[in-house]
Amino acid sequence: MSSRSSHRVVWNVLGVVVFAVMVFPVFWMISTAFKPDDEISSVTPTWFSGSPTLQHFRDALARPYFWADVRNSLIVVLVTVAIAVAFAFLSAVALAKYRFNGRQLFIVLVIGIQMLPAAGLIIPLYVVLARYHQVNALSGVILVYLSTALPFCVWTLRGFILGIPKDLEEAAMVDGSTRLGAFVKILLPLVAPGLVATSVFTFITSWNEYIFARVLLSDSSKQTITVWLSYFLGTSRNIDWGAVMAASTLIAIPVVIFFLLVQRRISFGLTAGAVRG
Amino acid sequence: MPYLLLAPVVVVMGAILGYPIYNLVTLSLQRYGLFELIQHHGVYIGLHNFASVLHDPVFWHTLLRTVVFTVVNVGLTMGIGTLIALLVVRVSTWVRLLVTAGLVLVWSMPPVVAVQVWQWMTNSQNGVVNYLLTELHVGDYFQHNWYETPFSQLAMTTTLIVWGALPFVVITVYAALSQVPHELIEAAEIDGARSWRIFRDVTMPVITPVLLILASLSILWDFGVFTQPYLLIGQGHIVPANYLMGIYLFEEGYVKTDFGRGAAISILMLAIVAAMSVVYVRRMLRVGETE
Repeated sequence: MSSRSSHRVVWNVLGVVVFAVMVFPVFWMISTAFKPDDEISSVTPTWFSGSPTLQHFRDALARPYFWADVRNSLIVVLVTVAIAVAFAFLSAVALAKYRFNGRQLFIVLVIGIQMLPAAGLIIPLYVVLARYHQVNALSGVILVYLSTALPFCVWTLRGFILGIPKDLEEAAMVDGSTRLGAFVKILLPLVAPGLVATSVFTFITSWNEYIFARVLLSDSSKQTITVWLSYFLGTSRNIDWGAVMAASTLIAIPVVIFFLLVQRRISFGLTAGAVRG
Repeated sequence: MPYLLLAPVVVVMGAILGYPIYNLVTLSLQRYGLFELIQHHGVYIGLHNFASVLHDPVFWHTLLRTVVFTVVNVGLTMGIGTLIALLVVRVSTWVRLLVTAGLVLVWSMPPVVAVQVWQWMTNSQNGVVNYLLTELHVGDYFQHNWYETPFSQLAMTTTLIVWGALPFVVITVYAALSQVPHELIEAAEIDGARSWRIFRDVTMPVITPVLLILASLSILWDFGVFTQPYLLIGQGHIVPANYLMGIYLFEEGYVKTDFGRGAAISILMLAIVAAMSVVYVRRMLRVGETE
């Protein structure tokens, strides 16, 4: 027994070390964002600032195009989420509740498309969108994000709908409602957590997306916030690390908050099949 | 009825994925540069683009580099991830909650943000990594440049990718480990089995399916990676000696506005990925069937 508890202490110490190493970059980002410039430029780092400042946040917000690009990101993300979740829900119902010709093919496509690397698609998407004047337009980016978000949303929502007991739905139908009526009255409230989870996940992936936004949007005033951040470093010789970290913190915050809300459901969705064998 | 429900998704996917992929094939058989982009019309040149790519030593070097890069990254992610998951099973509850919370925090970091943090931590002037390594007497890292050679640039990219990928792996493997029946482990302990044997004969069979899925997902993600190497190495420092597949494609097709040749590279890359994803798709398909 004593050897067991001494083992436990060693494991605990190791666990805390793992925690410290993993979290350090995040800590360092936030800590730097609040430090005055002399503490940042010093070769000997300060762990916690003695005189924290909000100056870097003011500098970051005052940078050209910050607000314009935040607005662009929000437009792209919100439109993508609304369309993706609505369309995907309909398909998910079809997959979960009906047997039909081509079902198998549809599932293969839904899973297979998620495996395509984004880099492999930039050339055809750029050329096709250019043909229809959708390059350097938010609408083009929204269309591209839909194509990556839809398969994931369909697959995840399908899992949520399958989780609903059949009796509930049948009970609603006995009450004299049509099949569609049963869906709306019974299914919708029960699938609500699934809709929230897929919405948030789509929000995060669209907010974080870089390569398509970089390729498709060239005007500074039309870019998304990740592209804005990626150009932050390159513009000056003396890098203002405080402002870079303040901007990074601001861009990460919405993602962190949303992610904490749905993390459990999403990790389940990605590997549900594997865990259950 | 089901077809009506599927219609919106099918129409959207057909228009923004099916049609471009059809175009990808025709593009790859054409000379299609900036002039043709403006004209909306390419010139048919047969398999010339494919011949040009397959005769380009840069393509083969990049492919080999990307394969090695993928193997190293996936190996490190899976190995370290499994070890941390096994550790999380053994710690006290408060440490477990601490580690899980930290992992979720890391998981949620946007890749572009993580790149900025990496550049700040590893910059040669006053990066905290150089300071810590020197203080811990690992060596003299005063003003050490972490991005000097293509190898070191890709090694730094690996640290960034593995760090970002660990949370998903650890949390998923941990979930699988909690499915291992307690009685089995206790019975094995009573029989006097060594911990290595318990791991191999009791734990491994339960978590192997999960490890396989995670490994195949990681292979696909790392093979097609773009954002982290492109931004961490820096747009101005990207050269053929540090190309990965995604970057090669981006530079040859998009930056040089040779869309026909870029399309040929895309098709080759997508074909490799498709071949690799067969395993994953078949597995997930079985899941779709049993439900």
